[in-house]
Amino acid sequence: MKILVCISHVPDTTSKINFTDNDTQFDTNGVQFVINPNDEFGLTRAMWFKEKQGASVDVVTVGGAEVEPTLRKALAIGADTAIRVDTPATDGYQVSKQLTAVIKDGGYDLVIAGRESIDYNGGMVPGMVAAMTGASFVNTCISLEIEGTNATAVREIDGGKETVTASLPLVIGGQKGLVEESDLRIPNMRGIMMARKKPLNVVPATDASTETNSVSFEKPEPKGQVTLVDAGDLDKLIDLLHNEAKAI
Amino acid sequence: MSVLVYTESENGGFKKTAYEVASYAKGVADMMGTTVTAISFNANDAGELGTYGVNKLHNVANSKLEKFNAAAYASAIAQAAKAEGATVVVISSSADSKYLGSLVSVQLEAGYVSNVTALPSSTEPFTVKRTVFTNKAFSNTAITTNVKLVGLSKNAYGLKENATDCAVQEFAPTLNDADFNVTVQSVDKATDKVTIADAEIVVSAGRGLKGPENWGMVEELADVLGAATACSKPVSDLGWRPHSEHVGQTGKPVASNLYIAIGISGAIQHLAGINSSKVKVVINTDPEAPFFKAADYGVVGDAFEVVPALIEKLKAFKAANA
Repeated sequence: MKILVCISHVPDTTSKINFTDNDTQFDTNGVQFVINPNDEFGLTRAMWFKEKQGASVDVVTVGGAEVEPTLRKALAIGADTAIRVDTPATDGYQVSKQLTAVIKDGGYDLVIAGRESIDYNGGMVPGMVAAMTGASFVNTCISLEIEGTNATAVREIDGGKETVTASLPLVIGGQKGLVEESDLRIPNMRGIMMARKKPLNVVPATDASTETNSVSFEKPEPKGQVTLVDAGDLDKLIDLLHNEAKAI
Repeated sequence: MSVLVYTESENGGFKKTAYEVASYAKGVADMMGTTVTAISFNANDAGELGTYGVNKLHNVANSKLEKFNAAAYASAIAQAAKAEGATVVVISSSADSKYLGSLVSVQLEAGYVSNVTALPSSTEPFTVKRTVFTNKAFSNTAITTNVKLVGLSKNAYGLKENATDCAVQEFAPTLNDADFNVTVQSVDKATDKVTIADAEIVVSAGRGLKGPENWGMVEELADVLGAATACSKPVSDLGWRPHSEHVGQTGKPVASNLYIAIGISGAIQHLAGINSSKVKVVINTDPEAPFFKAADYGVVGDAFEVVPALIEKLKAFKAANA
């Protein structure tokens, strides 16, 4: 089985979010970048398939040379080959077009992407890639088993879960649950050393336009002061929630 | 030309989010000088769609579509959009809508923006405001394609009445075998519990509760308020509560009217996930907990004393205001 894991290079979850250039660009100054958490669960699940069932695992991202440390980390975790599509990622459509070219070229059976990236939260790349490559698609996937060319997946739905079956080729939008948080791997020294020798192929971008563009960013209004209520006077809290906030 | 809105139903009746996206679609249609058409699957009737400004409902009555199927639903929505000559298509932020959104986008070659929080700031160019960086910021995003697909954030627009007559028409899309590649085998859904996605009120607790055996009072508080229960990331990582309750940047976002956080310190990742909630109450022993800076109301005190007392007082309040 040939597996491709799509990796997004995103600011660490603790990052302070600021903008530059008249609020048109994200300020990367002092920001630590990591593998998108939703993708990392998928990568770990891919490692499981590789070790238990036999599979090759490639990772791909779209971006400039600055994303390569994130790909190297994926190689150190255990991916075989990394692919970087050499163009800035601009919107979900453009990224999906680039990934589609890589998928068609590589003939992958299973494509694992994260449900959404934690930076722009669009949540559209997995589905777009599935539609563009003609593969089956399962989103918000929290469990995945493959036998031959048949997949059984569990999808998180509002208020529960749903078990589905599909045949390969398959694209999933994965998240926590694919593996447990405690199963995530921290690259060890041997992995890091090996990652230096593994191939990181830079491929040229295919011609693709965009469908959306971010015109400007803004930050939420600063929050007003908290109203503290004495623990011995909870009637006051109920009164505030009822009459002032109109929330109960 | 019109605005098409996908109105979700369950067992034939519309969900509340359906009326919110319908209200929003009417707002967009007014800006563009056109009307709203809805599409639904196996709806019993038009429900209250007319109340929220929908002129026409395309109802797909098809027994093969009783269970949600992203590919087939997306094909049907795309075909309805083409039949209507829709230039704007509106969907919600439910798990199902987010599942089918990108499929619709590719079929219609429609630029798609999700997590939208307000009516377009302009329709030419078509520019909408959406949340980014998990609610830590907003982006004003322009859609440059002829057809636009907008995914509306939950609880961002609310219900707005605009009564009109809603005519129901049968709509029979052409579906092919490929639309049924993914088959639902079973659905496991608690029917007696309010879900985080639907809840007006969410009661959430963290490590301050010391252990899973202490969740009884959280559930009781949620019961009294008709609320959903949620938890912080450490609590789900420790296995005290299921992953499905984890709210925050890598868990579920919460956009409820009221969010009550008990024994949660308020890490930046947690606050990001709950930022869209309108009113936030925090109960914590530590007055220095970062959550107090993000909350509207706070109680500094021991959860094991405050929560049981609050439950009793809320019961009395509910009884008096019933």
